Formats: sequence, structure tokens, C-alpha cells
Amino acid sequence: MGRYVLRRLLQLIPVFLGTTFLIYALVWAIPQDPFSGKCGQRPCDPSYIAEMSQKLNLNDPLLVQYFKYLGNLLTGNFGTTFNGVSVGEQISISWPITFKLGIIAVIIEAVIGIIAGVLTGLRRQGFLDNLVLVSTLFLISLPVFVTGFVLRLYLGPQGFDIMDTSVGADPTIGELILPGFVLGSLSMAYVARLTRTSIVENRRSDYVRTAIAKGQPQTRVVGVHLLRNSLIPVITFLGTDLGSLMGGAIVTEGVFNINGIGGLIFRGIQEKEGVMVTGIVTLLVLVYLLASLLVDLLYAVLDPRIRYE
Amino acid sequence: MSDPGSVSGGTGLEAAAAAGVDQLSHVDDSSQKQRKPRSLWSDAWGELRRKPTFIISLVIILIVVVMAIWPSLFTSVDPRHANLDKSLQKPSAEAWFGYDLQGYDVYARAMYGARASLLVGIFSTILTVIIGSFVGIIAGYAKTWIDSLLSRFADIFAGIPFVLGAIVILTTLNAPNENPGVVRIVTQVVLSIAVLSWPVVMRIMRSATLVAKQQDYVKAARGLGASPMRIVFRHLLPNTIAPVLVYGTIALGAFIGAEATLAFLGIGLRPPVVSWGVMISESRDYFQSAPHMLLFPAGFVTVTVLAFVMLGDAVRDALDPKSR
Repeated sequence: MGRYVLRRLLQLIPVFLGTTFLIYALVWAIPQDPFSGKCGQRPCDPSYIAEMSQKLNLNDPLLVQYFKYLGNLLTGNFGTTFNGVSVGEQISISWPITFKLGIIAVIIEAVIGIIAGVLTGLRRQGFLDNLVLVSTLFLISLPVFVTGFVLRLYLGPQGFDIMDTSVGADPTIGELILPGFVLGSLSMAYVARLTRTSIVENRRSDYVRTAIAKGQPQTRVVGVHLLRNSLIPVITFLGTDLGSLMGGAIVTEGVFNINGIGGLIFRGIQEKEGVMVTGIVTLLVLVYLLASLLVDLLYAVLDPRIRYE
Repeated sequence: MSDPGSVSGGTGLEAAAAAGVDQLSHVDDSSQKQRKPRSLWSDAWGELRRKPTFIISLVIILIVVVMAIWPSLFTSVDPRHANLDKSLQKPSAEAWFGYDLQGYDVYARAMYGARASLLVGIFSTILTVIIGSFVGIIAGYAKTWIDSLLSRFADIFAGIPFVLGAIVILTTLNAPNENPGVVRIVTQVVLSIAVLSWPVVMRIMRSATLVAKQQDYVKAARGLGASPMRIVFRHLLPNTIAPVLVYGTIALGAFIGAEATLAFLGIGLRPPVVSWGVMISESRDYFQSAPHMLLFPAGFVTVTVLAFVMLGDAVRDALDPKSR
């Protein structure tokens, strides 16, 4: 087990370096002049340019710049923007909100998706089965921002006035439930379909027949024997999804005006704050990679037949 | 025992298409039962013809394609004719879908918008499938070190969240205030979608190739002295392309949705291009007072995506003899 974790961690390093370097190069190498438009209508003061270039290592070759930047990151220093605002501080304000949103989305999609998948997988061809198939098809086809706008429009005060759809500056969990639902809605459909297929496949297997023949109650057969084996592909999906949900939160945060990472990175790009963009992307890539590692380790817990030497 | 490394990563689309990989090993027994041996594809066609979802989705796609080629068949109104007197008017008998902020006829624009949206979807799918299958089949067939090199390379691109990557690429290529030409922005959107999506196709193709490589016909071909090029193109490709095509069909729908998402964020297609995504992004600040501006183009996107997803689902089921 320990050797496996080590091998996986070593495999993560080139991927992490590659992805972050790609983003770093896109942000810093391609635009001609990083100082254009930074000082209002007039060109920047040479002393300011010299100071910032020194600070951001802009005079070094790209690779050296990148590794210096990475070295700073490893010591927890995210750097400052052109206005001297600390990027680390900004991230530490927005990060918890997006993280909360992502976790809520994963929980909602897992609970609803797995329940729908199990119910339909156990009873195929019924009314419920067709209902879930059709509704997942619709959820897959709806772009996330359309779901968001429509729910905001019709659940909010202007629509049927069922709930308050606005989200405050420091949102509570209750306020984030609707955005979380919207964010997770697409993946929810995939989770439901994946669980259904998996349950249908495993239901005819020998160990389920044995469990029924032993006289185990239905709840135990389904809850322990069937579910534990069927959830492996679902867990894979959920794990990798956590990472992509954090990145996809930009759209949901835009629709609901949530003050999270998405807004930060969007402003960062619009204002060409390269330090901000690279910092956040690095963080998101790290979350994505660690989540996929965690999923691999979870396999062994769910399925004892899988052993890492 | 399953190797956890091979299943790590992947989006929902990949999971949806991965089921198609299984069928490779079952191709032979499905045709044995027939009196006359039929190929995988003709077998699937026979199955598909009787499926209502297949027919429905095909009809919808056909309508959208006709709309994209000859939008003037559906409307005689000029989509670029603005009349500010009619700004934000609700749907009426005169204009079925109402008017938007500039006084454009939403119905006419929805008809003319099909072309740009569909073109982006088709081009990005073709590019994604070509890059992904090329790298995937090499990774699956080549030596181990080439395989792990290419797989890690794909991981690098798969590690970038889609929306994030597209934002960075598109804003790097265009300064925020700049208004690039039509051809340039369409090319950029297509390229950024393809660059961020090809690892999915690569993984599907790689695992299909790994399965097909072990089949007897490949060993026989190699024993007869066939060159690697011949084995890959004559023997492997026809037997591994099915799951990729299923993914491609579903992805085409997803990419039309992606175009809309990028336009919504203000970094994809933009006026004067008429596309569903552009219409949706124009409605973003007015959707509370004029929901028709949002709902109609969004409806067109949804129905088109739905048709492609349904088509992909039907083809996958037809290609998979296990599900019968």
C-alpha cells in the first residue's frame, strides 16, 4: 500500500508540473506587454516597470521564471498583484466559499444520483425507471447556466416566490443549496445512470444469488452486498468530478453572484493579473490531482479484492 | 483484478462511452447465431431502425441541419434588422419568440443562429476525435514507455478544468476590448474545445486498442508479416472506432452546449456573429424582465443537445449485443 501511494505521488509530479507550466506560459509568455493598460491612460513609469519586473522575475527566461514562481508557492507565498494586493489573502477569503459550494454539489449529486440509480436499477422498465431516464437525459442536455437562470427566475421572488435565491457576501450553507444543486445537476444525471447500469450488471451475479439463498433480508442484500460492489465506478466519477466542479463553479458563481474563486479568476483574467490567475489555477489543479489519488486509495476500502502491493 | 490506474480520471461522457468498449470482445458471438453472418454495423443498423428514440433524434438533427444550411426556409425576417421601437416586446403573432433588447426578431435569430452553433460543434468534434484517436491508438499499440509518456501528456491536458482552461486560452489570444473577426474567433473556440477535450477520446481509444491488440486476428496479421502501419489502419482501427464514434456523437451535443457557455462568459463567439450562445449571453442582464430572450435560444440548445445525446445512447445500445 505504502509503495503504491508513493508511486502514484511520483506520477502526479510530472502531471502537476506540466499543467501548471502550460498555464504559466499561456498567461505570461504569449501576451506581448504585461504592463499595457496597467497605469491608466499613460505608459507606465520606468521605475515601476523595473521594480515589478524584478519582483515577478520577468527578465529571466520563461523556465527560470516558472521555477522561481513555483519555489515561492511552495513556501506559501502566492505573490502580489500589480496593485500590491496579496493574492494569498484574496484566495483565503474566496476559497472556503467555493470549496463549500463544491462539497455541497458533490453531496447533493451523490445522494440524489445514487438513490435514483439504485431504485431504477432494481426495478427496470417501470414508470420510475422511464421517468429517471428521461429526466437525466434532460439534465445532461441543459447547459448549467440555463438551469441556474431558470431556477433563479421561477423559484425566486419574481417567479413563484418559493425561496430567496440571492446569495450574500459570506453565504451560509442554506443559501448555497440551490447553487450547489445547479452546479451538481449535470453530474447528478451521470451518477444516476452509472449507478443504474452498475446495479443492473451486478444484480445477476453469483454473490447476490448466494446472499438471497442464504436467506439474507432484502435490505442487507442490496445495502451491503450489491451496493458496495456497484459503487466503485460511481466513486471514481465523484472523485474526479470534485476537481472539475471547482473549476466549473465559475459559471454557477456568475449566475448567482457568489463571491468565490470563479469571480476572482474571472476578474484576474479581465484585468490581466497573471499572478492571481496562475495562483488559483495551480490550486485547482492540485485539488483535482489529489482527489483522483484519493479515489484510487478508496478502491481498496470498497473492494478488498483490489490490493496494492 | 482490475488495475486502478487504467480507470482513474475521466468525465461523465467518458463513462457513458466506456460501456461501448466492452462490446469489442463480444463481436464474434453475436454474428454466430445469425443464419447469414452480418457485420457489427449492419447488425446495429437493423437494431436501430426499430428504435423510436433513434428516429426521433435523427429527425430533430435533420431539421437543425436544414436550419443551418438554409435558414431562409424558416423565416423571411432579416436577423440583423433591428427596430428599437420593439425592444424587449413579448412574443406575439407577428414575432413568435418576441424581440430582444436591440429589437431583433428572436425567432429569426434563432433560425440563423443554428449555423454558427452547429459548425462549432461539428468542427470541434472532428478535431477532438482525430487528435484523440491518433494519440490513443499509438499509445495503445506502441511500447510501454511510449504509452506512459503519451498517457502522462494527456493527463496534463485532462488536469485543466474545461471552463478554466478555455477562459485562459481565449483571453490570452484576444485582449479583453479587442473584437476579433468571425473566422478567427470561431477557429479559436474550436481549437480551445479540442485542445481541452482530446484526452477523453485518447483514453477511450487507448483502452479499446489494448483489448483489440490481444485478439487473434491481430496476432495472425503480425505473424503474416504485416507492417505496424497496416495492422493499425486495416485491423485495429475498424475494430476500435465504434466507442469513439459513440462518444463523438454525444460530445457533439456537449460541445454545442460548451459554445453557449463560452459565449455566456463573454469570451466565445460574439456579435456580429449570430449563434444561440451569443443570444443567450445577450439575455443575461435582462432575463428577469424578458425571459423569452433567454428561454427560446436555450430551448434550441437543449433540444439539439438532447437529440445528439439520444442518438449516441441509441447507437451505443445497438452496438452492444450484451444489452439485448
